[in-house]
Amino acid sequence: MEAIGLLMACPMSSYLEEELDKRFNLFRFWNFPQKQEFLKENRNIIRAVVGNAGAGADAELIDSLPKLEIVANYSVGLDKVDLVKCKEKGIKVTNTPDVLTDDVADLAIGLIIATLRRICACDRYVRSGAWKKGDFKLTTKFTGKSVGIIGLGRIGSAIAKRAEAFNCPISYYSRTEKRDTKYKYYPTVVDLASNCQILVVACPLTEETRHIINRQVIDSLGPKGVLINIGRGPHVDEPELVSALVDGRLGGAGLDVFENEPEVPKELFSLDNVVLLPHVGSGTVETRKAMADLVIGNLEAHFMNKPLLTPVV
Amino acid sequence: MLASASSLLPALSLGKYMAQAQQEKLPQVLVIRPPAGFKTFEERFSKKFQFVKAWESSLSIDLFLSNHALHVTALLCSAGTRVTSDLLRKVPSIRLIVTTSAGLNHIDLTECRCRGISVADAGDVFSEDVADTAVGLFIDVLRKIISSDRYVRRGLWTVNGEYSLGSKLQGKRVGIVGYGSIGSEVAKRLEAFSCIILYNSRKKKPYVPYPFFPTVSELATNSDALIICCALNDQTHHMVNDEVMSALGREGVIVNVARGGIIDEKEMVRFLREGELKGAGLDVFENEPSVPKELFQLDNVVLSPHAAAFSEESFLGLCELMAANLEAFFSGKPLLTPVMDFI
Repeated sequence: MEAIGLLMACPMSSYLEEELDKRFNLFRFWNFPQKQEFLKENRNIIRAVVGNAGAGADAELIDSLPKLEIVANYSVGLDKVDLVKCKEKGIKVTNTPDVLTDDVADLAIGLIIATLRRICACDRYVRSGAWKKGDFKLTTKFTGKSVGIIGLGRIGSAIAKRAEAFNCPISYYSRTEKRDTKYKYYPTVVDLASNCQILVVACPLTEETRHIINRQVIDSLGPKGVLINIGRGPHVDEPELVSALVDGRLGGAGLDVFENEPEVPKELFSLDNVVLLPHVGSGTVETRKAMADLVIGNLEAHFMNKPLLTPVV
Repeated sequence: MLASASSLLPALSLGKYMAQAQQEKLPQVLVIRPPAGFKTFEERFSKKFQFVKAWESSLSIDLFLSNHALHVTALLCSAGTRVTSDLLRKVPSIRLIVTTSAGLNHIDLTECRCRGISVADAGDVFSEDVADTAVGLFIDVLRKIISSDRYVRRGLWTVNGEYSLGSKLQGKRVGIVGYGSIGSEVAKRLEAFSCIILYNSRKKKPYVPYPFFPTVSELATNSDALIICCALNDQTHHMVNDEVMSALGREGVIVNVARGGIIDEKEMVRFLREGELKGAGLDVFENEPSVPKELFQLDNVVLSPHAAAFSEESFLGLCELMAANLEAFFSGKPLLTPVMDFI
């Protein structure tokens, strides 16, 4: 397989790079400043692309690689892959479901507690010496608060299971109501936001879900409401969110993703009621290795004509 | 008559005078130092109790007590007021102590028992909040939430790229030290994260489904993390010592939402500085509000100002509970959250 050209869209994992280097003719896209020239020169060698949440295979890239057979993603989200184009051209697509579900759900709950109980602000309070002058203020209890989840897939369900251990009533919004669940369904996101205190974004990013959190939803969530985003930055109308937080029209936010990572709106840096994370949903040593192994496994399976491990249907 | 009364009290309106007289008929509650949020409590219950406030007087505490507290039967305090045998001797009329805390290490319970003084505490009012914070701190340390937030706010995500990876919760063996109302809430929550729960308590609890270890050392040997949820007393002081921390190991995490004195703090600081522990989430310290400065340089430690219990919701619940205990006492009824009840 060493002759097979594989294009890695951006840096994502040195372990994955090393392992792919051993097995394929690996091209690191970010090392070629003249991308068009690079693609022209290597268009007939590259048969696979490895992408992630940051960069994948858009229509333009797919068109420049006539020998492309498979796009293997180091993520579960597929918003950076032109799935329609892949289907047209018979290009296989794989991702990394299940292995990261627990980590992302754990992080969502961690974000909720850190935001409601102001744990980041507490830590700053102690480190600055402010505790010597007085107690920290009262914060907001998590146990028993209503949690609304947008997208009740693997990750959404895992978040619900954990929140239930905190006695939180769970409600959700989904494209269609799910029959086999005990949680309360709301047919619109605004309805969901009006009826919960903690709103969690856990759905895939598509054309339909872009800016699913807009001004109206934010207003419905309100000054006692908290938004948690472990989906994708573009799920949220970010300027609207920032303005609502700065104005106090939204109670707080725990954000793992942003519209233009790694850029984070600086207005948020001075707020005590937000927690800002650098896209670490699946960010554990164990899970990232499992994700990398899945990418390698999928690529090997494809080039050895075996069934793919985690194909995207 | 009225005219001369008015001339005798030129500074007070008649209304205020009447209100004060009303107040003076109310049962008295001695408060030496105000618990956090006392002002709210006082406003809310000003028609039910008359508070005898030692800190507002310019007199020394001894003089104040001998002048103003000789007939007061109830004392309201927080964990910040040490109710020693010495103090109790100075207020022999006290028959009830109501503390705003779940912890009791600030009260000489032996002396109370000798004197037949009833004690009421905060019961379970804080248990959920403390358990939530314990779980929050545990996730924070393993997933580096606080240090990642700090990284982003310093602008380092754009400059240096990805922050370092954390560690999975699933499958971690969590040793709960003290399986009381807080410990059991922590266990219930962490089970949902697929953690394996183990515990140590003074005695094995027959109805608890998790493996029991008779000593904290043995618990630590078999755990990836220790979450301290027990009371501070003579037996538990410095119970988490260097032997326990060595048994826990370099990949071990400590979360303390109980009392600072349960851990040998100096040793813990040394273990953390030398990389002999993976990290710690600490809400309590041996000499609050002093925190060992060496911890400020560590990214793998989350520090919290004894705030685990203090949500607005719990505070409201606490106010109601304190008032209910006082009312029960003054009307000869059983206390709601007795530690000991001699009434």
